[in-house]
Amino acid sequence: MAIEVELKHIHKNFGTFKASDDVNLTVEKGKLIGLLGPSGSGKTTILRMIAGLEHPDSGDIFIAGKRVNDLPAGRRGIGFVFQNYALFRHMTVRENIAFGLKVQKVPPKEIKARVDKLVELIGLAEFDGRYPQQLSGGQRQRVAFARALAPEPELLLLDEPFAAIDAKVRKELRQWLRATIHQLGITSIFVTHDQDEAVEVADDIIITNHGHVEQAGPPAAIYQHPETPFVADFIGESVHVPDYTVFKGFSNGAGSHEGILRPEFLEIAADEEEILMPLAAEQGTVKAVYFRGSNVQVAVEVKGQLLHGWRSLEKKPLHEGDKALVLIHRVYSFAGGKTQIIENSAKQEESVVI
Amino acid sequence: MVAVKPHNFRQWGLIGLAAVFLLVMLVLPLILVASEALAKGWQVYLDALNEPFARKALFLTLEATVAAVLGNTVFGLASAWLLTKYDFRGKAFWSSLLDLPFAISPVVAGLLFVILFGRMSPIYPFLRAEHIAIIFAVPGIILATVFVTFPFITRELVPIMEAQGRSEEEAAATMGASGWTIFRRVTLPNIKWALIYGVILCTARALGEFGAVSVVSGHIRGKTNTLPLHIEILYNEYNFTAAFAVASILVILAVVILILRNLVEWRAKRGLRNGN
Ligand SMILES: Nc1ncnc2c1ncn2[C@@H]1O[C@H](COP(=O)(O)OP(=O)(O)OP(=O)(O)O)[C@@H](O)[C@H]1O
Ligand SMILES: [Mg+2]
Repeated sequence: MAIEVELKHIHKNFGTFKASDDVNLTVEKGKLIGLLGPSGSGKTTILRMIAGLEHPDSGDIFIAGKRVNDLPAGRRGIGFVFQNYALFRHMTVRENIAFGLKVQKVPPKEIKARVDKLVELIGLAEFDGRYPQQLSGGQRQRVAFARALAPEPELLLLDEPFAAIDAKVRKELRQWLRATIHQLGITSIFVTHDQDEAVEVADDIIITNHGHVEQAGPPAAIYQHPETPFVADFIGESVHVPDYTVFKGFSNGAGSHEGILRPEFLEIAADEEEILMPLAAEQGTVKAVYFRGSNVQVAVEVKGQLLHGWRSLEKKPLHEGDKALVLIHRVYSFAGGKTQIIENSAKQEESVVI
Repeated sequence: MVAVKPHNFRQWGLIGLAAVFLLVMLVLPLILVASEALAKGWQVYLDALNEPFARKALFLTLEATVAAVLGNTVFGLASAWLLTKYDFRGKAFWSSLLDLPFAISPVVAGLLFVILFGRMSPIYPFLRAEHIAIIFAVPGIILATVFVTFPFITRELVPIMEAQGRSEEEAAATMGASGWTIFRRVTLPNIKWALIYGVILCTARALGEFGAVSVVSGHIRGKTNTLPLHIEILYNEYNFTAAFAVASILVILAVVILILRNLVEWRAKRGLRNGN
């Protein structure tokens, strides 16, 4: 597939602070990319440099194969949706959307046709004479989206497009945005620090931390094969264990024994009947139970370490202080700078015995 | 807001005190100006205004005011734009330098210009050779007026531009708008009312400027006298009626400006409500 955006060895300092520290990334044409990372990890900085609103200290930015470092923002063929929308406050919805087209001297007839289509697309045809202050947050967000799309950019950049919107509307908007972007086939990069949002909306995710890219790839790959401790920790509801070799079936780990455990790696059983391989399981004590709607999250202490797992509502309820059996299927280890998935060896032994 | 009715003596007392103060300090002088000006009848009043030196002074005042307003509008927009939309070294210094004309006495400002362009100045021989008169001439008066009204427009614009941030301009830039288009179509409409307000304040101050202008003017009748200077001369000559007649022009201008100011404030508030 064709590459739409490429960043090579981008460095950007604000004073002595490294906002971008050797950023490398590629984005394929037509993809919807989620730029995910903790607050202050440099997501907005990356987006603004691609847009031309900020300039890297060193490194190259390519859009559609052309080096754009020296191209002003307006000539890069991008649409930008700002976190606070940045709608022109003294212009109506129509005027906002038409602005980019007017600047490009598109004939008025065409402008009208295109704006008509866009207000239809965002479902605000009846509000097109309103000013931004007279719209709800979700409506403003859609106007900002339409305004960025109007000049038919090659690349759409969105900085936390849903951040200022309440949870329910946000869910709807996400789906709407994903569907619309795919329908239009426009390459898009959106910034978020909400991993659910990234996983749900993006085709590919780029994870940033401390001004550099930790890992990039499809959500499933990032979820199942985290390449760095940071990613393993950041994605999912992970628990750090300082020494995983204390657990049954993991006694022969090499190098550092630090590991990361995900809830889905655990099986928590009330008694031996509930579990297939009781011999491979550890004894633990239930410390807390959280109701989560479709299941319960159980915190169990095993050998002095607090682990989290899920349990179906269909099974016997557990209570604080109950004894429980915990089967650890696998652990992430990062010994020697490599990511490893270590399977429980006691499990295999037991199946051999049977 | 709910209007709270005063309901005890202390409150009535305070209101009364304020009213008396206003009456004595503001209203009485205005009435006095009018009555003194018209003390010898309309004919004398009109003659005093029609007198060539008075007319010349009025024109000079208007000239200096227009120059100050135009110059400071351009300068104020540029410096407010710079201070709010860009980061650069020495920004804080620049910003406090802007307030210098507020802090410094106008007389001192006038003296600065005399030192800068007068006989003691190192560039005086050059100015003389080129027949450029600045001190005791119209350019000096304009310079002094520009100087004392220097910060008004910038100071009106900076807070509102700061509050609005840069993102609307950035949005316009990503859509390919040129700097001039961004300014005209995005920035200017957003700051329109603050700008007009600043222009009004600047006008008011320029019309009434006395101290700095007095130093650089040389008080040459019919040549370098502005209205306030002319009034002073008339007054010193015990020509009270003429002095008050000319003063009444400044009063009328002040009242017009006040009305404009209120209109602008009212419009700006309404615009804000309509999101316009
Ligand atoms: N104009 C600036 N001047 C100085 N420092 C800046 C500037 N812009 C960003 N930074 C710093 O660079 C770092 C990265 O900022 P950036 O806005 O890219 O983070 P982010 O990943 O978008 O965070 P968030 O999720 O909170 O929006 C931050 O520590 C920030 O303080
Ligand atoms: Mg950000």
